Amino acid sequence: MSLVCQRCQQAKATVHITDTVPDKRELHLCEECAEKEGVIIKQHHQSTNEILQQLIKHKAGLGAAGDLACPNCGMTVREFQLKGQLGCSHDYEAFKELLTQLIERAHEGATHHVGKVPATAGETVRKHAGLLRLRRELQEAIEQENYEHAARVRDQIQALESV
Amino acid sequence: MTIDELTPTTGEWLRGVGSMSDVVISSRIRLARNLADRPFLATASATERTEIYRCLADAITSTSAGSDALLVDIEQTDTLDREVLVERHLVSRQHANGEGSRGVTISPDETRALMINEEDHLRIQALRSGLELEALWEEVSGVDDTLAKRLAFAFDPQFGYLTACPTNVGTGIRVSVMLHLPALKLTKEIERVARAARDMHLAVRGMHGEGTDALGDLYQLSNQTTLGKTEEEIIGMFSETIVPKIVEYERTARDSLAQHSPYQLDDKIWRAYGILVNARRIGSEETQALLSPIRMAIHMERFTSMSVAALNELLLHTQPAHLQKLHGKTLEGEQRDIVRAEYLRSRLAPSP
Repeated sequence: MSLVCQRCQQAKATVHITDTVPDKRELHLCEECAEKEGVIIKQHHQSTNEILQQLIKHKAGLGAAGDLACPNCGMTVREFQLKGQLGCSHDYEAFKELLTQLIERAHEGATHHVGKVPATAGETVRKHAGLLRLRRELQEAIEQENYEHAARVRDQIQALESV
Repeated sequence: MTIDELTPTTGEWLRGVGSMSDVVISSRIRLARNLADRPFLATASATERTEIYRCLADAITSTSAGSDALLVDIEQTDTLDREVLVERHLVSRQHANGEGSRGVTISPDETRALMINEEDHLRIQALRSGLELEALWEEVSGVDDTLAKRLAFAFDPQFGYLTACPTNVGTGIRVSVMLHLPALKLTKEIERVARAARDMHLAVRGMHGEGTDALGDLYQLSNQTTLGKTEEEIIGMFSETIVPKIVEYERTARDSLAQHSPYQLDDKIWRAYGILVNARRIGSEETQALLSPIRMAIHMERFTSMSVAALNELLLHTQPAHLQKLHGKTLEGEQRDIVRAEYLRSRLAPSP
């Protein structure tokens, strides 16, 4: 015999709680009501992996698009859909269009790296990354109407660009 | 150093010290890196996989990244020892149960564990008790720099560090903070935590528990976004914003329980203690659940007959693999529950 949720009286109770603090009571709730009562945390938003799976499925469903293969490792978009993992670093170039959309969804709209750059990376790479970071800082400073800081960042950008 | 020597000690994440350690059990930072010009693991052949393993193990053990570390070849390690590493949070379950050539290097104090051939070629991980993210970042970034002098990591000017799964691309950083939130659970305010985390695009999940329930009231908070923010910005969200906020919620909830329902609170604490000290057979999950109110009580100074360090030792040593290692042989489920109860009584019962 399965219990019915005490709160909504409809769904099956899957969360069972015996409280002793602050009052002695037993609760039998469905997941949804348990969350409303504040006793459990339910994942509301989709996990990034779920977004990933959905998008890949949608894209790979387009027939020929699924056959697109990386010239370096031979992995196809369809195989990536099945495994959820890429075959080699060149896939980022080979599947750039699909991956840019995926990455945008999974990373709050971001499509460019602004963090650490390997110390051994070439000058061009370092300069590129530095400029990206500064341009973003400039934009933020303007949004916050911090014009003094914005002016300083603008000067830094100009200095780096002329190198 | 061997796994056998590690087992009787408590891992770094259970030392019970560090900033805000009344609520923050431990913090961890992990960086995902892959070797440039080597296939990712999804397409690497067995031979290529072994080469990657050797190349990384060699680079780590011959530099300050891990010259004093214990290198564990997981493929050659028996199941029980693999489980010990999982219970100590040194490797992921996926890594322990995976296939093919793979391993981990563990620093003598267990603060640093570098997983080779997990999902990516390398996962640089550092772990400390309490909220210590800035120190952890300095450590993992330093290891990254040391290794980058010998090895070329896959990096793209637009996408940053390239990873096997695009959800880790960019910084490759995963920051995780483990929180003990018994009072918020009791006062039914745990949803506040979920809401705060959601607003910042962070994930909260219960530790160890089945489904949505958090075993032992332990919750793990971690970032989902790894691209478009600097590592310092991602870390700052935790150490400056969300963690202090949740810690404040939990402390307030504890105060409120002490003020408004002291008898019920003490009843819960002492009943938990009563079961732990008298049970004749007890499962690992029940043990963890019962240790939770006692941990809170120690921090609230309502329970003085045990230290946090002692409690943490019980928590770790009653987990299945540790229990069996310390007992000296493998045990079936039912037998394990009896041995666990005996162990708890021997450690907790007042001497006659």
